[in-house]
Amino acid sequence: MGFALADHIETFRHGVHPRDYKELTHDCAIERIPYAKEIVLPLTQHLGSASAPVVKPGDYVYRGQVIAESTGFVSSVLHASATGTVRSIELRNHASGKMVDSIVIEPDPLSPQKLFDEREIDWEMLSPQDIIEEIRRGGFVGLGGAAFPTHVKLTVPEGKRVRFFLVNAVECEPYLNSDYRMLLENPDAIFHGIRVILKALGAETAYIGVEMNKSDAIELLKKRLPSDLPCAVVPLETKYPQGAEKMLTEAVLHREIPTGKLPIDIQVIVNNVGTVAGIGDLFRFGQPLIERVVTVTGPGIRRPANVLVPVGTKLSDVIGCCGGMYDNVRQILFGGPMMGTAQRFLDVPIMKGTSGVLFLNDLQVFPREEYPCIKCQRCVDACPVFLNPSRLGTLAKSRRYDDMLDLHVMDCMECGSCSFVCPSNIPLVQRFRVAKVLLREQMAREKASAT
Amino acid sequence: MNDDQPKLLLTTSPFLKHREDTAFLMWQVNYSLIPVLLVAFWFFGVNAILITLTCVAGAAIPECVLERGKGRRPLRDGSALITGVLLALTLPPTIALWMAFLGGAIAILLGKTLFGGIGFNIFNPALVGRAFLQAAFPQAMTTWAPPLAHGELFAVRGDLFAIPFTTPQLDAVSAATPLALMKFDAVSTGASDLLLGSTAGSLGETGSIVILVCGAYLALRRVLNWRIPISIFASVAALTGVLYVIDPTSTGSPAFHLLSGGLVLGAVYMATDPVTSPLTQAGCWLFGLAIGALVVIIRLYGGLPEGVMYAILLMNAATPLINRVTQPRIYGGQLAVSHLVARLTGRGAS
Repeated sequence: MGFALADHIETFRHGVHPRDYKELTHDCAIERIPYAKEIVLPLTQHLGSASAPVVKPGDYVYRGQVIAESTGFVSSVLHASATGTVRSIELRNHASGKMVDSIVIEPDPLSPQKLFDEREIDWEMLSPQDIIEEIRRGGFVGLGGAAFPTHVKLTVPEGKRVRFFLVNAVECEPYLNSDYRMLLENPDAIFHGIRVILKALGAETAYIGVEMNKSDAIELLKKRLPSDLPCAVVPLETKYPQGAEKMLTEAVLHREIPTGKLPIDIQVIVNNVGTVAGIGDLFRFGQPLIERVVTVTGPGIRRPANVLVPVGTKLSDVIGCCGGMYDNVRQILFGGPMMGTAQRFLDVPIMKGTSGVLFLNDLQVFPREEYPCIKCQRCVDACPVFLNPSRLGTLAKSRRYDDMLDLHVMDCMECGSCSFVCPSNIPLVQRFRVAKVLLREQMAREKASAT
Repeated sequence: MNDDQPKLLLTTSPFLKHREDTAFLMWQVNYSLIPVLLVAFWFFGVNAILITLTCVAGAAIPECVLERGKGRRPLRDGSALITGVLLALTLPPTIALWMAFLGGAIAILLGKTLFGGIGFNIFNPALVGRAFLQAAFPQAMTTWAPPLAHGELFAVRGDLFAIPFTTPQLDAVSAATPLALMKFDAVSTGASDLLLGSTAGSLGETGSIVILVCGAYLALRRVLNWRIPISIFASVAALTGVLYVIDPTSTGSPAFHLLSGGLVLGAVYMATDPVTSPLTQAGCWLFGLAIGALVVIIRLYGGLPEGVMYAILLMNAATPLINRVTQPRIYGGQLAVSHLVARLTGRGAS
């Protein structure tokens, strides 16, 4: 299973090959941007229940200090990303399109912005449970985009064990380079994070999956890999959506995660490389998750860059640091072009899970004529979970949602490969999302009426 | 919000699109047919051009009228053009033009519009048109002119301009096709003649090599699924191979069957029509193998010398069933074999 992996270029079955547009920020070293006049920290930046504030307006808080506690197991701790004064706790615009309760901090312009509790954590003395507790205290969530609390993922349920830890450095979304720059500029943090997490999981081996469009990073990682670390770098074919947990597991370990199950069910845990590096820095310097690398890119921004952003910095401030926008910007996305979310307002804050900001112009965003399905098979060949998007699309159009359920629409992970390839411009995944929401509501209703 | 904010469009992901749309794919097929038409012109002269133009007009005019008001410009996707050209390529070089026009119109009306237009048809429209002509005008559809001698490119042969619904006076020199020679006289035609096209036959039957090259181009561009022609060829070769060993005199060699008649044209351009062929790769293999088997059965045991058209039309009809049976298994679900068993025994979801 794990032999001679390094010499082969591995991948999963199906998938698509979009142009990657990574050249825009490929060679831009990570640069720290200055603290803005106002920082907005939403209490919901993760999957799970919202955090509860433990500060009040007027409080002076230090960079790295806890300002909101988690409210359950699947929740997250929030830290001040800058030293300054809490101005208010109020509803603010949020990347999801809703208004969300947020802690607004005005950074102190005179503060040196030193870390609140700078220390090295002696992880070798800690038990796995204590390591996971440190990670929970550090407010870590998946930095790849989904923002699932990391401590939940790393907690191995009773009766299960983990053999393999996969570090997801695939970054299969076009345009994005934040993970790539992290691989090049901070490999030691990644290796440190892997060491700590391997101990927390009791896992045997770690694999770092990197796509071949980052071959220089692959070489660098192989060269710098500590000889005592049970870890291998696995070169992967450049293909979307390889960064999905199921696809990465298949590409690296050649095993399918059973439908409806999680990687842990086949003794695997997958974490994003940014998360791993952040955890490395937590144990090296005591720095919680208060800043992240964001790729600011696309034809609509004047100076594309990879920037290190304090969490809570508003989009408008990031645009200001990147030379401003061109006039023909039509769409601004948080995340990559395949699974990102379109933004309406410029005052939404960058969050823990925001891996990139993409500015698309009117040459890329225009209405496309929809044709009937010509059954060309491209979506069937693209779907990484072997659905039949053509058939599902026909069913969705006539609202036959129950039939879609029989054709496993709930297994759709909404990667958008089908919509990407469809020559008839049918909004396939968009319709599947609607169907999934309606089906979930229907199932919840049925469950409620059954009890 | 802010006045200086640009107008931002809110849609949902994905925001990237592959650049090849349906119209692009259809036009690729049209462009690839140009060399095939040039070959037809070379062998059959101006007749080939006149018949093709007439078929295209017959297909385009009803398409233009009936697809209006659906929000799309009717001819922009180029699919009616494909239907017209493909129909022309299946016709004898001396057919009366009014018949060709009627064939084109029937192809679009009965073959496509009746089902709801592009994407909804069950049968290949060009073959529907040809099947109609075969049924209505059997004599005209089976009178074959031999290829031209040199220097006659612009001489109109046959009664092309016959008045509709009068019996055309066929003044052309007629010749039997290689398949008819084989079927009725047990005379085999050499493979090199078949390959280079110096035999009697319909406009598109004679340029196998060019059709194969054009098909290879389309397959490389992933416009057509190579599995379909390959499985048809494999199936025909295997079946005729076995039968040829048993009875060489009346069967004809596998090479003869592969290269004669409309097999190459049908396998490359007709069976691969995405709308009327299966959605899954397994389905395409099945589809192609079955077409090949039907072609051999009709050619060797049927009343007609050629069976490609009926073979494809029959399998078009079976395509929805093939799609159901070869529904892909879900990722992380049952193994392929047990999945297929469940499907065939009707225990799986539809």
